[in-house]
Amino acid sequence: MLVARHRNRLTAVAQDLLARGAVKVDTWVMDLDDTAAHPEMLATAADRLGRIDLALIAHGVLGDQAAAEADFEVAAAILHTNFISTVSLLTWLGNYFQAQRAGTLAVISSVAGDRGRKSNYVYGASKGALNIFLEGLRNRIDRDGVQVLTIKPGFVATPMTADIPHNALFASPDQVALGILKAVEHRRDVAYVPWFWAGIMFLIRAIPGFQFKKMNL
Amino acid sequence: MLAVGMGRSYGDVCLLQNGTLLRTPNLDRLISFDGETGLLRCEAGVTLAEILDFAVPRGWFLPVSPGTKYVTIGGAIANDIHGKNHHVAGTFGCHTTCFELVRSDGTQLLCSATQNADWYAATIGGMGLTGMIAWAEVQMRPIVSRRIRLQSTKFVGLEEFVALSKASTNSEYTVAWIDCVAQGGNFARGIFMQGEHDPDQGPLTPLVKPKVAMPFDLPAIALSRLTVGAFNTLYYHKQMSKQKTGLVDYEPFFYPLDRILQWNRLYGKQGLLQFQCVLPWESDPMGMIQTLKAITASGLASFLAVIKVFGDVESPGMMSFPMPGITLALDFPIRREVSFGLLDKLADITAEFGGRMYPAKDACMSAAHFQQFYPQWQQFSSYIDPSFSSSFWQRVTGLD
Repeated sequence: MLVARHRNRLTAVAQDLLARGAVKVDTWVMDLDDTAAHPEMLATAADRLGRIDLALIAHGVLGDQAAAEADFEVAAAILHTNFISTVSLLTWLGNYFQAQRAGTLAVISSVAGDRGRKSNYVYGASKGALNIFLEGLRNRIDRDGVQVLTIKPGFVATPMTADIPHNALFASPDQVALGILKAVEHRRDVAYVPWFWAGIMFLIRAIPGFQFKKMNL
Repeated sequence: MLAVGMGRSYGDVCLLQNGTLLRTPNLDRLISFDGETGLLRCEAGVTLAEILDFAVPRGWFLPVSPGTKYVTIGGAIANDIHGKNHHVAGTFGCHTTCFELVRSDGTQLLCSATQNADWYAATIGGMGLTGMIAWAEVQMRPIVSRRIRLQSTKFVGLEEFVALSKASTNSEYTVAWIDCVAQGGNFARGIFMQGEHDPDQGPLTPLVKPKVAMPFDLPAIALSRLTVGAFNTLYYHKQMSKQKTGLVDYEPFFYPLDRILQWNRLYGKQGLLQFQCVLPWESDPMGMIQTLKAITASGLASFLAVIKVFGDVESPGMMSFPMPGITLALDFPIRREVSFGLLDKLADITAEFGGRMYPAKDACMSAAHFQQFYPQWQQFSSYIDPSFSSSFWQRVTGLD
């Protein structure tokens, strides 16, 4: 079952899957910011599918950093979409998978959550908080046979990054999708996609704070 | 503005100076596929490579295949591409049952042979100028194996090539490699290839072979008359016997160059120019002999030269390139002055013998030549979207 805001785009993806041989594709149009509506959507999914094996949580906004610096409401909206609404989904799904004693929670976070940078720390904070939440959830339900996968992509050529000039670090959605698939198959906890971001972020995390605060990142 | 897919056209039909390009490769979803009839409907940015990956394991193949699979379906329609089966199947447009054309004013036109037929005709081969193709439906052809039954025959001279072509009109795919360097007794020697989809059940899933990428630009000197001449002699004599038959995978048969990503770097930083013309049967054989003589005399030819006979299956496209006759396609390294001078000369010969040149492969034909090759261009221009243009169109209509 696919969940998204725009009916037309959702239909296009569903048609693609059906044409490629999917037996059945359900769709559900909703804005995930509406956390009160999450339980109904999730319960319907569990009901229609009979059983949920894997949930991929991939929604999010990049947000306008400058606007968020000037206006708390803008910052709060970014945190709500990227963090709070995801926590709502994870709470329901975490309990569902724990009771089932099996399942995979694959959640798209970001390399931006590894360090706070002046260019996008509101977005970074939403992803950083998500990383810690996922780490704790994993600590709680991994022992019940549930995989909790934190996916940390770098730059991906999607509508979210369409306004950013593309450089050699940009990956295609296909590359990232393949990386996610491999991480699920290998039951990884944390996956940087593409893999080279693990090296880049290792170096960036190693920069001491007194030096980091003076850098322009 | 102008919609552009993979940008593999060799010239400026896919470019617009000082304009906006609408990149379509993210329009990459399938819409429907009927496993009984082979009707495939997909968004315009889906590449032929993606279609093959999807369709071949299900026992279906492209109705028409160009020399590379890294082009989009939108581009295939806009340039009304052709392939080795033109003599029996016609162009890509002949198998495009319908598509949706989106105009800059927001109008969505469903185009087919019966619905908005004039827009259908103008858009097939319309070089992307009539608006943006959003999705298209193509009639695939069934196969039972990935394999191609291939027969290669060596020939010397155009007459032998034409005789081989005429004797093989029952073969689904025919094409010939031709040596455009050799002179004298070896003039117009080549290898004629004819192939069929293997009628015997065979593998449909791919064998994974690593792709090789050309990691750097070769120095411009690397492709000289000497090296190309040596290559051509080796290639011609690699096949010892006059005739050879065998079974090959469809990939090397249809897309030999796709194995080397960025093969264009063989030409160095200066790059390359393509030339493709078709000369009608009436000019046979003088037009083609003059064309080949001009090329061999220049010493500029590369080893990538192909010659093929086009058939008389008519395309629905108003501005479609193919016509019954012989087509020759090859590329040249860019050497300042000489290369462009040679192409002017080849365009003159093409015009003199009543042929035409292929816009998708052109970077320098004059407005006068274009308008002679495509006298219907003014009628066509009434279908051009007011917000759409291309550098090619501005060049050949004298608008720039």
